[in-house]
Amino acid sequence: MALLLEQLLNGVQLGVTLFLLAAGLTLVFGIMGVINLAHGSLYMSGAFAAAWVAAQTGSVLLALAGGIAAAAVVGMAIEYVMLRRLYARDHLDQVLATFGLILFFNQGITILFGRQPLFVNLPEFLSGAVEILPGVPYPVYRLVIIAAGLLVALGLYLLIQKTRIGMLVRAGATHREMVRALGVDIRLLYTLVFGLGALLAGFAGVMAGPVYSVNVGMGEQILILTFVVVVIGGVGSIRGAMFGALLVGIVDTLLRAYVPGLLRGVMDASQADMLGAGLASMGVYLLMALVLLLKPRGLFPAHA
Amino acid sequence: MTATFTRRGALAAATALAAAPLAAPAIAQGAPLRIGVITTLSGPGGYLGADARDALLLAAEMNDGRLGGVPVQFVVEDDALRPAQGKQIAERFIRNERIRLFTGIIFSNVLGAAAPDVLDAGGVYVSCNAGPSNFAGRECHRNYFVISWQNDNLHESAGALASIMGYNRVFILAPNYQAGRDALTGFKRLFRGTVTNEVYTRLDQTDYAAEMAQIRAARPDAVYHFHPGGLGIAFIRQYAQAGLLGTIPQVLPAPSMDVGTLAAVGDAAEGVDLSSHWNSDFDNEENRRFVAAFRQKYNRTPTFYAQQAYDTALAIGAALRGSGGTVDNTEAFRTAMLRADFRSTRGNFRFGPNQHPIQDWYALKVERVGGQLALVTKRKILENHADAYAGQCRI
Repeated sequence: MALLLEQLLNGVQLGVTLFLLAAGLTLVFGIMGVINLAHGSLYMSGAFAAAWVAAQTGSVLLALAGGIAAAAVVGMAIEYVMLRRLYARDHLDQVLATFGLILFFNQGITILFGRQPLFVNLPEFLSGAVEILPGVPYPVYRLVIIAAGLLVALGLYLLIQKTRIGMLVRAGATHREMVRALGVDIRLLYTLVFGLGALLAGFAGVMAGPVYSVNVGMGEQILILTFVVVVIGGVGSIRGAMFGALLVGIVDTLLRAYVPGLLRGVMDASQADMLGAGLASMGVYLLMALVLLLKPRGLFPAHA
Repeated sequence: MTATFTRRGALAAATALAAAPLAAPAIAQGAPLRIGVITTLSGPGGYLGADARDALLLAAEMNDGRLGGVPVQFVVEDDALRPAQGKQIAERFIRNERIRLFTGIIFSNVLGAAAPDVLDAGGVYVSCNAGPSNFAGRECHRNYFVISWQNDNLHESAGALASIMGYNRVFILAPNYQAGRDALTGFKRLFRGTVTNEVYTRLDQTDYAAEMAQIRAARPDAVYHFHPGGLGIAFIRQYAQAGLLGTIPQVLPAPSMDVGTLAAVGDAAEGVDLSSHWNSDFDNEENRRFVAAFRQKYNRTPTFYAQQAYDTALAIGAALRGSGGTVDNTEAFRTAMLRADFRSTRGNFRFGPNQHPIQDWYALKVERVGGQLALVTKRKILENHADAYAGQCRI
């Protein structure tokens, strides 16, 4: 029971990280119609900037601010310089261009920081483990990630549902032409939305730094799972991204934890572990296929 | 009859014509021998390939751009840890660049895709890292040499180390790919205790929280895991964050704790035990020369990926010296290569019957040396150790 609780928390934590990435991706796709493969590069930029600032200053808050700011600035620069010219083009052009950006950023980071992974130290008060139940220690930092992710989700909900900017974002997702016709500066809105998405990706990168390894190409590893989240949740929907991310995070974690054990009951251990690992890594994709079969537009489609 | 004869004659003439331009570069004086280096330069394994490439370049540079007295040029391409990409590069190198001698591949799954192309085209592959089990046994090949180790060796030595240290119940993990499966097989071969759990992770996995919880629940005496490059960094840090560091010790194979991992993991690595065939502190002349030159040129301590690549360059040099400076006659190259007429940075080195190394294995420990964490050699655990597949190889 304690193990199940721990695994659920692990799933939620992975889900929250995925949500931070998926929120930006889904906003950009839903509102601007751009498939941004370089979203993972923004995540990487955030992680590297935070690692660098932390190494220079030793301050957690400065590292956090630096990472987020760097990702947001890089994101808005990408939008202003490049993506702006691609809105009217078809998806293939966008995919090609943003794939080019992946190569550009990976090489750029290699030139700046080298290929050796960077070390990010956790501050003392975040580095231990607390007992969530008697006998079940859980890393403090992972709890912090969960809390931060849920807070961001709440903040995004308020921003999108309760503010004027949010209203424009929602309108932009469903009635793009109408927003433009009403005289809203849609180009500025696009830049801001893209910046917001980049900021969230950067935040995910900063949070991920001390847990995963900060290295060139870290963005592509997690990007595939992020696309799965966006597709399951419904393209363009923040709510979909939230539920999709939690679903994917929990399903992925639980499958990895329990499938080999279940298979061990019916076959020998070594085979069970190998087959279990294969099934578990297919799990989220099967889930995606199932969702698409039942709800072809995802769980919470934005353009209903 | 006549028609057949003339057709055959025309064919022969055409073949001769087609072959003529191929021979030309070899005859041209002073043109360096080109060596194809297919390696992983991007992604979490990127620094492994970078170290191998840098060591190859260094070895040539230390000998005025020559190996075995022959001017060489390395043509380097990134496989991005994608087998298909590695295969494409191999095909392009063979067809368009007319390269005959290859090295550089880090990951076994890339090697499995690219090496057969090289060998089928009559080329030579000298492995500086990956040594998958299938190529060591039944599918061994006259033109395929491994300078590093057969994959299982890394893990057999770790299994032996775990037994020496008196651990009875060990939890073992590896990524689900060829080398990962070789790893767990290898570990179990020389480990005398019980394996409590055998877990396969994904090669692109970044979050190991589910595995940490399983480890805690299983309460083993020790944990053994094979996670090269960025995977190992993520794993060991999450191991520390999960509070397992102080309670369950780790016994690792060399790829899970190279100096790159050590720098990125920091204090969480202190006290970890591992097995390796080489360490930067080995006290022999060739090694001191290599480590000093590498540090001076690149301003970092070489990983064993660099050391193996350096040894590979020396081995290629020795083979070239014995074969008249070309790889055109692969049999002469092979005879010279198998003599292993070079001084390895690891000390003892010779080839077994399947053209894989026979060498010694050592126990290392992460300790503080002058305030800095470093890998320190402790003792020899296996002497003149060969691999388990040599008997299946018929060359």
